[in-house]
Amino acid sequence: MRRMKIILNSIKGIVLTMLLFLYVVPFIFVLVNSFKTRGEVIINPVKLPASFNFKNYINAYDKMDYMHAFTNSLIVTLFSVLLIVIFASMTAYILVRKNWKFTKYMFFIFVASMIIPFQGIMIPLVKIYGSIGMLNSKWALIYMYVGFGTALAVFMYHGFIKSIPVELEEAAMIDGCTQLQTFWEIVFPLLKPTTMTIVILDVLWIWNDFLLPSLVLIKANERTLPLSTYYFYGTYTVDYGLSMAGLMLTVIPVIIVYLFMQKHIINGVLQGSIK
Amino acid sequence: MNQEKGFFDKLKTYLVFAGPTTFAFFTVILLPFIFGIYLTFTDWNGISASQSFIGGKNYFAVFQDKAFWSSFLLTLKYVFFTVIITNVLAFLLAYLLTSGIKAQNFFRSGFFTPNLIGGVLLGYIWQFIFSNILVYLGKNFNIPIFSSSWLSNPNKAFWALVIVGVWQYSGYMMIIYIAGFMNVPKDIIEAASIDGANGFRRMISVVLPMMIPSFTVCIFLSLQRTFMVYDVNLSLTKGGPFKSTELISMSVYNKAFLSQQYGVGQAQAFFLFLMVALITIVQVYFSKKMEVEA
Repeated sequence: MRRMKIILNSIKGIVLTMLLFLYVVPFIFVLVNSFKTRGEVIINPVKLPASFNFKNYINAYDKMDYMHAFTNSLIVTLFSVLLIVIFASMTAYILVRKNWKFTKYMFFIFVASMIIPFQGIMIPLVKIYGSIGMLNSKWALIYMYVGFGTALAVFMYHGFIKSIPVELEEAAMIDGCTQLQTFWEIVFPLLKPTTMTIVILDVLWIWNDFLLPSLVLIKANERTLPLSTYYFYGTYTVDYGLSMAGLMLTVIPVIIVYLFMQKHIINGVLQGSIK
Repeated sequence: MNQEKGFFDKLKTYLVFAGPTTFAFFTVILLPFIFGIYLTFTDWNGISASQSFIGGKNYFAVFQDKAFWSSFLLTLKYVFFTVIITNVLAFLLAYLLTSGIKAQNFFRSGFFTPNLIGGVLLGYIWQFIFSNILVYLGKNFNIPIFSSSWLSNPNKAFWALVIVGVWQYSGYMMIIYIAGFMNVPKDIIEAASIDGANGFRRMISVVLPMMIPSFTVCIFLSLQRTFMVYDVNLSLTKGGPFKSTELISMSVYNKAFLSQQYGVGQAQAFFLFLMVALITIVQVYFSKKMEVEA
């Protein structure tokens, strides 16, 4: 019986290892070929590179205008997520604590709107914001992310705030706190787990999003990282070594963050999807 | 807590706390949504400042558009295979990872990795795999199915999309199934073993029914994502060869932004919204009904 179990477990281990290899091997191929010249890739794309030559990386870094795109992505992600967390938590607070008809309708509208897919409104969105000249700016993009991110964040905060007893807040109010002070000093710190979840989900979404920025940011110097990778790859597709280095440059920062934060990220994704 | 007396008092409190989100939400989502419905009844071409009302013509155009229907059917086929394979694989991975194997966390993080990276990049990575690596291996080791690029054959290009979709989403769904497995109470599994149920029987009669909430969530998420997929489609096949792998999102995009038929494009988008809403609501309704208590 015991022996059976050991054999069974090693079979499971082997199956999992093989599957994991299949999952990560595409990244390995990209990595390996990013050090080669175009000729080397064409002759044999599965061979290890003759030497670790970082020329492709330096080249791709320049051609993608990497630092610029990276900074744009960072600004857009940082501000969008920050604004979503601040405003959505306040909104959810008022929707839970004020038992008015209006707040109930608003909550319903927020939740119901989550069924609208982005593709369902992208055309009128571009028309409206194009006609008032708000395209082509990362601040407009941030504004849109706040609009798109609000509903889910309000929904998640709403669920959590409902479980916090009111007594704490009442005590604070008696001590002379205003409603805003009560929220920021008493309630918001308690929301930390939900805030973590929202930050992780929204960072993953906004950092990697392609369709919305591709519609909003047309000027080259406003591009985010996925956009500049898209244009770069489109131009240098057949220069294999160079294009692989470009892909790696975009993948590496994400992997570095993942190495340090994997527990939080996976937990955030889990919390986010069961709600 | 309700110290606001009059209407203006209430309005002030509401605006202080929820004003910014309400404004952004209305201007970014609701306004375009309603304006979009209006657009479907006009002939706007994207350039002229005004548009005229043309009634239901755009909807007729959608219903007569063969390219749209073939794209819609292709999307249904893509959703069907991707959702099923993704969930079966994710369930299997979650099962293997919760059966007391060593280095669980390492495996879990590994399988999840594709979800951290944007669809455009994933598509490009696989484009290189399908048209360089596999072709090289196919030619040198005489594997006929790989000897020409999958992306240049309509049927194989479709399956390439499915493979990348499964690869991308299964790690995510696996996380949810793992949590589902962990939530099955140990005592009822023990009770079933004492009653003489073997491993397979326990799986079918005890574990599966307890995991229906996880299925509800995973199928909902994978339906929603696969229906709306755009970036991988764009970077992996660009709808080609010969528009044979143009999924519905890309079709809407091209109709509006490339052919400049914004009214028709929006009518397609609206139809798509109705279909996805209908399918996901029906799915959630029926899976909720199947849920059981421990």
